[in-house]
Amino acid sequence: MSARDAVLGAVRSALGRAPGAPGPAPADVVRGYRAATDVAPGSEGALALLADRLLDYRAAVIRCRASEVAATVAAQLADAGAVAVPPGLPQAWLDAVRASGLTVLVDAPGDLLTARRLDGTGAVLTACRVAVADTGTIVLDGGPDQGRRVLSLVPDRHVCVVRADQVVASVPEAVALLGEHPERPQTWISGPSATSDIELVRVEGVHGPRDLRVVVVVD
Amino acid sequence: MSTYLGMPAVPPKPATEPVAPLRWGPTFPVAAHDALADGQMRTNLRRATRTIRDKRLHVTAELPDWEALRDAGSAIKADTMQRLPELLEQLEAAVTARGGTVHWARDAAEANRIVTDIVRAAGAREVVKVKSMATQEIGLNEHLEAEGVVAHETDLAELIVQLAGDRPSHILVPAIHRNRDEIRQIFASRMAEVPTGLTDDPRELAMAARAHLRELFLRADVAISGANFAVAETGTVAVLESEGNGRMCLTLPRTLVSVVGIEKVVPTYRDLEVFMQLLPRSSTGERMNPYTTMWTGVTPDDGPQEFHLVLLDNGRTRALADEIGRSALHCIRCSACMNVCPVYERTGGHAYGSVYPGPIGAILTPQLLGLESRDAATASLPFASSLCGACYDACPVKIDIPTALVHLRDRALHDGDGAHPSAMGTAMAAAAAAMSSGGRFRWALRGLALAGRVLGGRRIRRLPWPGSLWTATRDLPVLPRRSFRDGLARRPRGTSTGAGRGAGGDAS
Repeated sequence: MSARDAVLGAVRSALGRAPGAPGPAPADVVRGYRAATDVAPGSEGALALLADRLLDYRAAVIRCRASEVAATVAAQLADAGAVAVPPGLPQAWLDAVRASGLTVLVDAPGDLLTARRLDGTGAVLTACRVAVADTGTIVLDGGPDQGRRVLSLVPDRHVCVVRADQVVASVPEAVALLGEHPERPQTWISGPSATSDIELVRVEGVHGPRDLRVVVVVD
Repeated sequence: MSTYLGMPAVPPKPATEPVAPLRWGPTFPVAAHDALADGQMRTNLRRATRTIRDKRLHVTAELPDWEALRDAGSAIKADTMQRLPELLEQLEAAVTARGGTVHWARDAAEANRIVTDIVRAAGAREVVKVKSMATQEIGLNEHLEAEGVVAHETDLAELIVQLAGDRPSHILVPAIHRNRDEIRQIFASRMAEVPTGLTDDPRELAMAARAHLRELFLRADVAISGANFAVAETGTVAVLESEGNGRMCLTLPRTLVSVVGIEKVVPTYRDLEVFMQLLPRSSTGERMNPYTTMWTGVTPDDGPQEFHLVLLDNGRTRALADEIGRSALHCIRCSACMNVCPVYERTGGHAYGSVYPGPIGAILTPQLLGLESRDAATASLPFASSLCGACYDACPVKIDIPTALVHLRDRALHDGDGAHPSAMGTAMAAAAAAMSSGGRFRWALRGLALAGRVLGGRRIRRLPWPGSLWTATRDLPVLPRRSFRDGLARRPRGTSTGAGRGAGGDAS
């Protein structure tokens, strides 16, 4: 008997089911928790809560208008040296970053950046898919303006641009959005890398970026 | 701060070298006896568990729908267990459709063999690992080592434990029993290329680990992880972590192997909205863990290009067969139960002699191994509790641990074919014999009172069997020279010291 048949057979037997007997229909799970909140996506309440949570994680939060994004990200990257970017960021952002004297490394299909190359890169600039105010979480799902998972992992500084309308209040609202493309690889980021393994003293920055800067764009 | 001088000896913590990670060492009472003598460990533990406890209370109180989330989590888990065969088949189909490979393992040996074959096929001599209970449970690191493959733990606490030649003592904070100075000594003596003059500042220690591990991440071809959740509907696998070591392992190597217990499946993608709220707040007391990675099979050019999911039984179907005990399989490994347990706080994790310590370990471990094994050490685990119920209150998926404990105690005493009573049953039967009649009990008490006189009023630490059943776990205060019964018997009938309230005979 294959291991597969043995394990599945043991599961059925443990449940008291005869071989070949059909399983029960899914139970009607009562979901009495909040599927949504009364805080509208992108509202001042959502933005303020997100900022509060991010600051609690010791991430930096910078608020700017849509017309100021290019200059703002360039300023946040000013001392980074080289900046890695996914292939689909707005051209204006890249122009502003280059204009301030930085090297821009585009992670282009067919010419992907290696992990070792990224290890010598000062920062990464990405957009995001959705942000959760309640938990101070930013989610990247590999879209063209977010890129491969390795980009936001290896460089020591991550500058992430979040549009106000991407900020939802709660986890269920974010999961509903992400569930539209569950096949995409996701990275949920809540503050910079951190450990509490030594006497539960929180230390920011072990392996991921030690410096997370969130640029929130409002109109 | 102190400066490192010379080569310090770092004491390995568990007294007994484990041969089987699921259960090693003596019975809980015996192991606890030794652990209670370690004042340093208790200080470390008390501080740590209280800190997490306070944080957890703070962030769970923040959510107005916390209890509704717990109810939903509990209901989803109960539903999952009922439909486990179908959900596992659905998970397998979804992962396979996305370019992953699914393996099934009946037991630890089979899982270890599958993983070793994958590592060999990838041509690797070393692997990087994300902290995972499932791979600890099957003793994967030790198996790989025997096969000539070096497994590097990359979680800071696991690294501390691995470098020290120690065992984890907590499922979330495995090095919770070590303080900063002990960790400094471990790094200074066991880590290659450690910075000179390393102090016991947690930041400095963490940065030493970062430098130590970065090169390993960049060169590794194979990573091994567990999983927090695997979604049947979509084939999505989720790993929650803090440090980014998980992301490094789950992203950089070409080949990824995830060893996942069959109970980790959740039915739908939407269910993640429940568990992504319950788990971080319950485990570390954070609103969200710093990093979560979710992937579905293989994504071209992004992350590992080869993905193997090993679905592990290893006793889980044995636990599933017990309708009360199976709730132990609902566990999402948050460790909230150990952080509130008064027994765990005083004995530490090693006393349980299992990779699954604390209240959940007390009901999970004996079921995974089978109570019918009549191994007294394993059967002692459901007795390692005061039944205070704090674990039930803390559990994010409402596992009724006290009820399961009582149920498993009963099984530990009465399971068997009748001809060969269980080891625990034999011991308990002896205790019952001593207390079965007033006469025997009176003689036992007189014996103790006499012993007390001999000892001159000191506490009695060890009694011969069957009294050892009591003194194995607790000291006995010396008894007065005369028992209440003796005193009563010597009094003339009909007299009372109760100021006229009733007759003395009523006192019996």
